[in-house]
Amino acid sequence: MKIAIPVDDKNMETSVCISFGRTPYFLIYDTESKGSSFLDNSAAASQGGAGIKAAQFLVDNKADVLLTPRCGESAAQVIKAADIRMYKTIPGSAKYNVDAFTKGELSFLEEIHAGFHGHGEK
Amino acid sequence: MRIAVLSGKGGTGKTLISVNLAAAAGKAVYLDCDVEEPNGHLFFKPEVLYEEEISVKIPVSDEKQCGGCRTCVDFCKFNALAYIKDRPVVFDEVCHSCGGCILLCPEKALSEKEKIIGKIQKGVSGQVTVYTGILNTGVASGIPLIKKLLNENRKEKGMPAIIDCPPGSACIVMESIRDADYCILAAEPTLFGVHNLNMVYELVKLFRKPYGVVLNKCQEGENPAERFCEEKGIRVLDRIPFDNELGTMNSNAKIAVRESEKYRALFSSLLKTVTEEVRHEATVNP
Amino acid sequence: MKQLLILSGKGGTGKTTVAGAFIKLYDAKVYADCDVDAPNLHLIMSQNSEPERRDFYGLPKAEINQELCIGCDRCRQNCRFEAIQRDEKYIIDAFACEGCGVCEALCPVGAISLKPDVSGELMLYSEEDKVFSTAQLKMGSGTSGMLVSEVKKQMRSKKDDAELAIIDGSPGIGCPVIASLSGVDMVLIVAEPSISGISDMERIIKTAEAFQTKAAVCVNKYDTNIVNTERIEEYCRTNNLPFVGRIPFDPEAVKAINNGLTVVDIDCPSGNAVREVFNKTIKLLFDISIIAEDI
Repeated sequence: MKIAIPVDDKNMETSVCISFGRTPYFLIYDTESKGSSFLDNSAAASQGGAGIKAAQFLVDNKADVLLTPRCGESAAQVIKAADIRMYKTIPGSAKYNVDAFTKGELSFLEEIHAGFHGHGEK
Repeated sequence: MRIAVLSGKGGTGKTLISVNLAAAAGKAVYLDCDVEEPNGHLFFKPEVLYEEEISVKIPVSDEKQCGGCRTCVDFCKFNALAYIKDRPVVFDEVCHSCGGCILLCPEKALSEKEKIIGKIQKGVSGQVTVYTGILNTGVASGIPLIKKLLNENRKEKGMPAIIDCPPGSACIVMESIRDADYCILAAEPTLFGVHNLNMVYELVKLFRKPYGVVLNKCQEGENPAERFCEEKGIRVLDRIPFDNELGTMNSNAKIAVRESEKYRALFSSLLKTVTEEVRHEATVNP
Repeated sequence: MKQLLILSGKGGTGKTTVAGAFIKLYDAKVYADCDVDAPNLHLIMSQNSEPERRDFYGLPKAEINQELCIGCDRCRQNCRFEAIQRDEKYIIDAFACEGCGVCEALCPVGAISLKPDVSGELMLYSEEDKVFSTAQLKMGSGTSGMLVSEVKKQMRSKKDDAELAIIDGSPGIGCPVIASLSGVDMVLIVAEPSISGISDMERIIKTAEAFQTKAAVCVNKYDTNIVNTERIEEYCRTNNLPFVGRIPFDPEAVKAINNGLTVVDIDCPSGNAVREVFNKTIKLLFDISIIAEDI
């Protein structure tokens, strides 16, 4: 299974990025091969809808699980529609969070915040 | 004759001046282009004649027609489209309604639907026709609303139109002054006021609009805004003194011209000055 | 690092005056001016050095290569923003162009391309241990939201280990305000006791609610209309919003501002009132965060 995490740097000790859509990189960790790759997030430079583009990127890279501190409404829509499961990260490095997830210690990300592009009406 | 009232900074008196000019003019049209925070209607309390919802066009996909080429997703500069589980998904909130995805889809799988962004109200208050634009909260751009307001106004001929502009000098302000024959810049005597007056001064020069300044909230002592006008050679059309009575009327949404003879005289005189300026411009720059 | 944003809805209510005072009272090491359309905070914060300046590229704009253009009119007909005009030749109105790329895609001879466009300037003042981030949007530009996001990003990237960042916001409820709300822990709304001020305050509260941001309200120039001030307090009670104080109208405030000072740099009634508002706001901000961590 492939686990995706927004990260600040290209190494396993890096901190998890507080923004999903505009994170500089995504870590994709493959639980079978135990391999990790760091991909540049082109969505970070978008004028708008960065979360949507970042989510599309993960869909195209066949992520199964997303570990993130937060996620906007529109991006969450993409993630859920693609059947990617979302979990909330805890304070600690990317490696720490991957381990915590594998041990079943992370919980689902429930609070989806309103998109930062204006739409917030339910 | 279309007069736009603007200021770089909020709270300097755009609405005070535009509402009272319209009221002093007898038959006039008042257009509230500050669609994010419209205030003119609070003063006029117009009897509403009609309301119209304004919408923009958003794409809608027909899954059966979609061939999965992703041209739409790749084209969209605003990331308003995603492709999930073999179908395109549209995100209304970031869509700029450019129509590109619809034009470029090779299978004609995208069509359009209307999405409401706000409304326009037309009403009357005495002899003033009041147009108000109200943008729905959460919508990022009021430009389509302002365009509609100004279009409505083109139908009214023969009466002066006073355009109450949004604060600042960004794209929505430019849209508001596009058709104006004259621009009144409202200025307050503070450091912040002068700094921002400079911005709209540059804006009206760029658009080659004739302009003049009204100094509002004038008190004794130094007036940095007045000094600025002297330095730049800008015509000062009038001075409105800082006056508790005016402030109170304004904070209670009363139209000064309709409550006080002193202010009826002041704004009538200002209107006359501006009318002469416009006439002068028409002869000098036909 | 916690973020406190100061908004008002209506312009001219005293956002910057209050923000400047708060920064002085807290001795904030990190602050920003997100009113990129009409930035004012730098006028009263007395910076000692020149800022780092950076061009800000907003929307790319379309450009027509006149030598390739065959005048087929396809671009003008399909531009939804009325940004292409036909005079003797085809011209792009850069102010109306939204960089959507339709003209570029439709042109049969490749005469149109989107080019990067400088739509503003970012400024970053860093002195000793302080960071002040601000920007100026070029006239007529439409990417204020993106520039605001850059101002905040710039502020955090330089220094994000401070306890609190104070952000001066912009008027209105549109994209620069929406962008400034992102990631903020609390919004302090500075209201004006006028019918217009109350109307605008309600709209900004609704906007903040849509972003699930905690809000508190104070009234500036309260003595210009006590009845309306009381209306605002009542509104806060009804809507469960903390009311953090009243600031009187004060001619001394204008004098301070015009001398490039904040209202707490001199001894004046508004300065004293702002101190009270500050105390209540800070207590709310840090108490709220403690409650959140307990969950």
